[in-house]
Amino acid sequence: MSLVARHLEANGIATVILGSARDIVEHCGVPRLVFTDFPLGNPCGKPYDVAMQRRIVALGLDLLESARAPRTTVQSPFVWSADQAWRDDFMRVETSDTPDGDA
Amino acid sequence: MSSGRSVDPTHRTFVSYIDKSRAFYLARGHNNPYRWAHFADVPFAPLRRPLSAAVVTMVTTAMPEPDTVADTHELHTVYSMPSDHPPTRLATHGLFWDRQATHTDDLDSYFPVHRLQECVTDGRVGRLAARLHGVPTEYSQRATIERDAPEVLRRCREDGADAALLVPL
Repeated sequence: MSLVARHLEANGIATVILGSARDIVEHCGVPRLVFTDFPLGNPCGKPYDVAMQRRIVALGLDLLESARAPRTTVQSPFVWSADQAWRDDFMRVETSDTPDGDA
Repeated sequence: MSSGRSVDPTHRTFVSYIDKSRAFYLARGHNNPYRWAHFADVPFAPLRRPLSAAVVTMVTTAMPEPDTVADTHELHTVYSMPSDHPPTRLATHGLFWDRQATHTDDLDSYFPVHRLQECVTDGRVGRLAARLHGVPTEYSQRATIERDAPEVLRRCREDGADAALLVPL
């Protein structure tokens, strides 16, 4: 998706990415990113939380107008949960995963 | 109360998916890690008219539900949806997201078409482009750069889009 953003932008269409994989998007390099620090899947707000979704979309629209240079990232203020275990649990590598690990 | 592990303040808070995926596949014996796209230069296009007069579109990495397309070829190519009759659901299986922590049952959590329509009603956005778009997730960056991105641009131009919200899952 970052590659699409770059192509549209190079051809005069302003873009903003709403995303949760900050490192992947910033590693590529895009004009504008609204980063929401959530598990991958709901970059526009928690399911059925209309107020939060409105806020995140509004941040994106604001950034379309306010950014003055590429690589502008804004982080939305939302926290997924007090329990941060999802960060470690996603794609967790267990000892048993390794070719010579104990099954 | 949950186990309540807090963020380690001595490290960055956000997850590095590049590092995670490299470690994950390396542990499974794949010693040729994916090379994520990287560029030194980044293009920049200022918004060319006030947002309240602008035509805005949206692009997703989700796919049409297989039972909604006549030709399964459409599941692997750029596709478009009418913004005045958006889908009620999209397919997210096969995409890279966290099935353990969340779900994608609410379209607006990853394709906020109703939130955008509200912004038009409120006058924040001029109008939605006639079509919203989806792009396939390609392992081949060349396919995205040479085939899919130009196709999205072509459709955006046909619809007179000034700006695009891009939402990868």
